[in-house]
Order: sequence, then C-alpha cells, then structure tokens
Amino acid sequence: MDYENAEKILEVKHLKQYFNVGKKDEVRAVDDISFDIYKGETFGLVGESGSGKTTTGRAIIHLYEPTSGEILFNGKNVDNFKSKSDQREFRQDMQMIFQDPYASLNPRMKVKDIVAEGIDINHLAKDDADRSKRVEDLLETVGLNKDHSSRYPHEFSGGQRQRIGIARALAVDPKFVIADEPISALDVSIQAQVVNLMKKLQREQGLTYLFIAHDLSMVKYISDRIGVMHYGRMLEIADSDEIYAHPLHDYTKSLLSAVPIPDPEFERTREEISYDGSGENDGKERHLVEISPRHWVRAAEDEIDMYTKRAHAASLIHD
Amino acid sequence: MENEKNILEVRNLQVNFKTYAGDVKAIRDVSFDLRKGETLAIVGESGSGKSVTTRTIMGLNASNADIASGTIKYKGDDLLKKSEKEMEAIRGQDIAEIFQDPMTSLDPTMKIGRQIAEPLMVHKGMKKEKALAQALEMMKLVGITDAENRINDYPHQFSGGMRQRIVIAIALVNYPEILIADEPTTALDVTIQAQILNLMKELQDKISTSIIFITHDLGVVAGMADRVAVMYAGKIVEYGTVDEIFYNPKHPYTWGLLSSMPTMDTGGDELPSIPGTPPDLLDPPKGDAFAARNAYALKIDTEKEPPFFKVSDTHYAATWLMHPDAPEVTPPAQIVERQKKYADMQSKLVQTQRTTGPVEEEEEQQ
Repeated sequence: MDYENAEKILEVKHLKQYFNVGKKDEVRAVDDISFDIYKGETFGLVGESGSGKTTTGRAIIHLYEPTSGEILFNGKNVDNFKSKSDQREFRQDMQMIFQDPYASLNPRMKVKDIVAEGIDINHLAKDDADRSKRVEDLLETVGLNKDHSSRYPHEFSGGQRQRIGIARALAVDPKFVIADEPISALDVSIQAQVVNLMKKLQREQGLTYLFIAHDLSMVKYISDRIGVMHYGRMLEIADSDEIYAHPLHDYTKSLLSAVPIPDPEFERTREEISYDGSGENDGKERHLVEISPRHWVRAAEDEIDMYTKRAHAASLIHD
Repeated sequence: MENEKNILEVRNLQVNFKTYAGDVKAIRDVSFDLRKGETLAIVGESGSGKSVTTRTIMGLNASNADIASGTIKYKGDDLLKKSEKEMEAIRGQDIAEIFQDPMTSLDPTMKIGRQIAEPLMVHKGMKKEKALAQALEMMKLVGITDAENRINDYPHQFSGGMRQRIVIAIALVNYPEILIADEPTTALDVTIQAQILNLMKELQDKISTSIIFITHDLGVVAGMADRVAVMYAGKIVEYGTVDEIFYNPKHPYTWGLLSSMPTMDTGGDELPSIPGTPPDLLDPPKGDAFAARNAYALKIDTEKEPPFFKVSDTHYAATWLMHPDAPEVTPPAQIVERQKKYADMQSKLVQTQRTTGPVEEEEEQQ
C-alpha cells in the first residue's frame, strides 16, 4: 500500500465504550482507543476474547452509542448525521460480515431474499427482473451458482453460507466492510477459499476491510496493518510484516510467542514469553506514540526511551 | 496382544448412521494403533469422522449409530463386545475424555471439588473425604491457584482456561491409560491454549498416559503429536511420525491442508486452497473420495480405491501417486520447501551419527 498519498476513510478518536455505566459492574470494554483506516487497505484487529475487538467493530458500524469519543467516516461523524440521506448513505457504505454463518442467516428466508434485503430497503432495484439479475450476479461474484437463489440456508455448507453472507454485504455496493471473525467457524481448507474470495473482491471493487480475528497467522496474511488490543486498549499498531517480525510491546511479543506453527522442529524449541499486564494499571498516563515510522506503541512518557531503544535494536530506526 | 507396546488396536472399523435419507457412512474402514505413552493426533475437517472414531472407542455414539464391522482391542479385549455396564467401568477409569467446550462439559450446579472427586468415588469406591483430599491434590497439579479456597466454587466462577483445567483434572484423576482429547483448546485464546497444551504434556510425562488428540489445527499438532493420522471422508488417508507428515507428506490432501494454512511468512496474493467441499457420505464416491478436489488425481482415482503404500516403516499413504507406475508429480511449492527441510534434517542426522562416534573415542584417548 502507498501510505504517502492514502486517504483516510475512517478515523476513530478517543473512543470509549462502557457498559453498565455508573453501576458496580461497569465494564470498560473499549477504553480510549484511537486509530485510522485508509482507503483500500485491510486493517487487522487482533486480541484475546474480552479485549474489546468485537465491541470496537460494533461501535464503528454504530450498533452502540459510544460512551465518549468520535468516529468519523469519510470525515463525517457517524453519531450525529445531519440528514436522513447521510444516514442512509452510511448504512449503505458500511457493511458487516459475521462470524457464525449458521446464526447470521434467517433460516426461513430464501437465499435470494436474504441477499436482496439491502437492495429492497435501499430501493436499488428498478423492478423484479433487475432485482433477480443483481442477486444472480452477486451469487456468481462470490462463487455460488445462480440456481442457488431459490434455496434455503440449511441446504448449504458452512463455507457456502459464509459466501451468502458476503454476497449480502456486497449487495448495497459498500465501501467499507467489517469482517468479525469471518472464517473462525470454517474448516481449514474452506478458510483459504473465503480469504481468497475476500482478497479478490477487494482488488476488484476497491473495498476497505476491518478484519477482526484471533487467528494471528491468517490476520497477518490478509492485513496491511494490524492493531493489537488488550483489556479494551490499543497497545500497538504497525504494518503487518513489521509487527510480526519486530513487535515492540511486551504483550504483542507474548501473544505472538503463543501461536502454534505447523512446523514440528520449531515447536520443539518454542519458548513462550509470558506477559504480566499489571504494569498497565500503574496509574501512569499512556497513549500511542509513533516510535518508528508508522509503528505506534502505547507508552508512558518515561517508557518512550525504552521502546526507541528496542526499535533501534531491531534496526527499525536508522540515524 | 499382537504388540506389547500397543495399548489400543483399532481394526477395520466401519460405522454408519441411520438417517431418514439413508445410511451415512461416517467411518469407512479405519485401522490404527495407539502406543503406550505416545500422543497420536487425528487431523481432518469436520465430517471426516475423527470425533465419531473416538466416540466409538468410548461407546458414546448416538443411538442411530450402527457399528457395521471392526474390532477395538484394549488390553486384549474387544471394547465393541462389552456391555454398557462394563463400558461404564472403563470410561473415566481406563479411558477418559476431555471435550472441546469447557463451558458445557461441567455440571453448573455442582461444586468443582465434588466434580473432580466423583470419578474416584464411582470407580474406586473412595469415601468422600478421601476423594475430596485427592481432588484437591489434582487441582494443584493442574495449576488452579488458591485450590483450598476454590474447591467449593461452582464452574461459573472460573474463566474458560481454568474450567478447561478442571475438565483435565476430572479426566486425569484416575490416572487413565488412555486420554482422548477432542479439540481441547479450540474454544480458548492462544495464550491460554499454550498453557493448557504445556500442562497436558507435563501431566503426560508424570502419569505416562497415551493421548489421542483430535484437532484441525496443524500448529497444535506439530507441537503435541508423536504420530499423526490424517482423515478424510471417513478414512485415514495418511499416517506417520509427526516429522514424516509435516516434512515429507505424500497424500495430496495432506499437501492441501498444509499449504492452505498460512504461516507467519506466507505472502502473495492468493492462498493455496483446496477447491470444492468434502463428499456426501450418504453416497460416498467410487474410488478415492478426494479425487474430485484433487488437482493431482489420476484416472484410476475415480475407479479404484487406493490401498496404503509404504513410505517407511512408520509412514503409509493411501494415494495412487505412490504406485510405481504412477507419473512423477511435483507437489505444491510449500511442500517442496518442507521436503527440502526434511532432506536437510535427515542428512544432518546421518552426519552427527557419523561424527559423534570418533569424537567420543578421541575424548577417551585424551
């Protein structure tokens, strides 16, 4: 990706998403995170369960009212659209692909009606013939047969259902797609098919992806840049090759060291790095700092030096 | 027993499920051995029959299952001939299982100390106090912190990783001969997964249990297994030591599995993938079941089922490509890389064997 001339499509600024605010069981699911996503890139969001990655995705597509902070999509704040048409445009431009292809398709609807729901709501089809044509084209785009359109979801395998989910997301011609663990429920051989399809669609239609997942090797493969979340905070953001080769934050190191690699020799000598998260809550003020070009780490004032030294050691910075 | 070291011998197992649409041939002639103290990984996609295989061993199949043929020899007896009562005595005592989902495999209304003690009371007739004392030891062994105070807690008070530790404690409390682990870490985060896998290895060393490890995650297999069996459409298509399967695979399905998983250094625009979907086992295809998805399929693959061809004493693959008359094919690039690494490893091994001999002699002379 050429980041020099890249345009920001999404800006998340100091987003906080708390639940049960003011109660004893207040949960700070997302706690003051900021990041940008550029047009045409794939931004990977990784983290363990409970790290807030799914909440972040849902807040961006405005399934929640954020507790505080701003989300700008194409420069417009998604929380207070001035007009109905702005809102409708947003709903068309941003779409989501869900994790579970069994739960995310209505079992009582035919495939053509599932895929066409967005077309109907947004009155995109001129007439019935146009609607069918669009559905058939979409099914073909995602590698399904147009005869499949009059069938029901239960007649399809997991991988095929996920293709239907992708066709539904594409039906309204979106610019930005949030994919929340889109392949975790699929078998290994099918995962590769769906990932290849997503990459192909990105090339052909210039889509931007927010790819949320816990499978680190797949995230690295599909993403241009990656953000690592932990306890509702963004700890590190960098290009995917760099973050895997030279993680600067201890948590990222620990997370990467735990990934099993399909190589017995490597596994025999693997050493996991453990991470003690208590240091994060020592009361110091931390925010993301650009340690080396386009490599951000969450750090306190007195930690910047340490991270800079690490970046030097990994020759990410040259004087 | 045929072989002293084999603790479990499965031969020619065939299991069908009766459904309204006909018989689903879930297991189609599966044979394998489990050796004392080893970890055998069974890998394959959903529907390949890996879970049905272990459920058949445990005698826990659904009521519409029909075991059409085969034997499962454990300590010389055929488990398939045992009565339900006899199987109850074996389950949880000789053969124990860890299930995939720690959220659903514990009783939410029973204190965890009691749940861990239960197998001792049932199988060994132990008194409650003694069993609870041993349960406490087991909790410490699997790394539950502050075990004394937590023995009376309920499952919902533990995190997913801790719950899986409790499930492991229950399975191992009777020091079973065989532990079946069916996707034991699939529901867990990678960091927790690493802890649980290390724990399993540690405990295996301590009580020398044999483990059948079922998973679709080849990364986990590489770290856990001594031997690997690859299943496809109800059959084992290739088996061998972990190094043989990962560095010198022979079956095109194993090639596909290994190359469709991106490693940390995979780049490029397209991930190699296996086209299509697994066959319908209501009506399994003639010949090699993988033929329809196999870019390397030969004409004979659609006509005749391939037998096992020997690669080494420990490594067998059921593909016609191994037949002496088969044409030479070049496997996918990633597999060629792996084979190169294997050749390097082998030659290094030979070299060290050659060099270590004389070196030792010299040391003695000095």
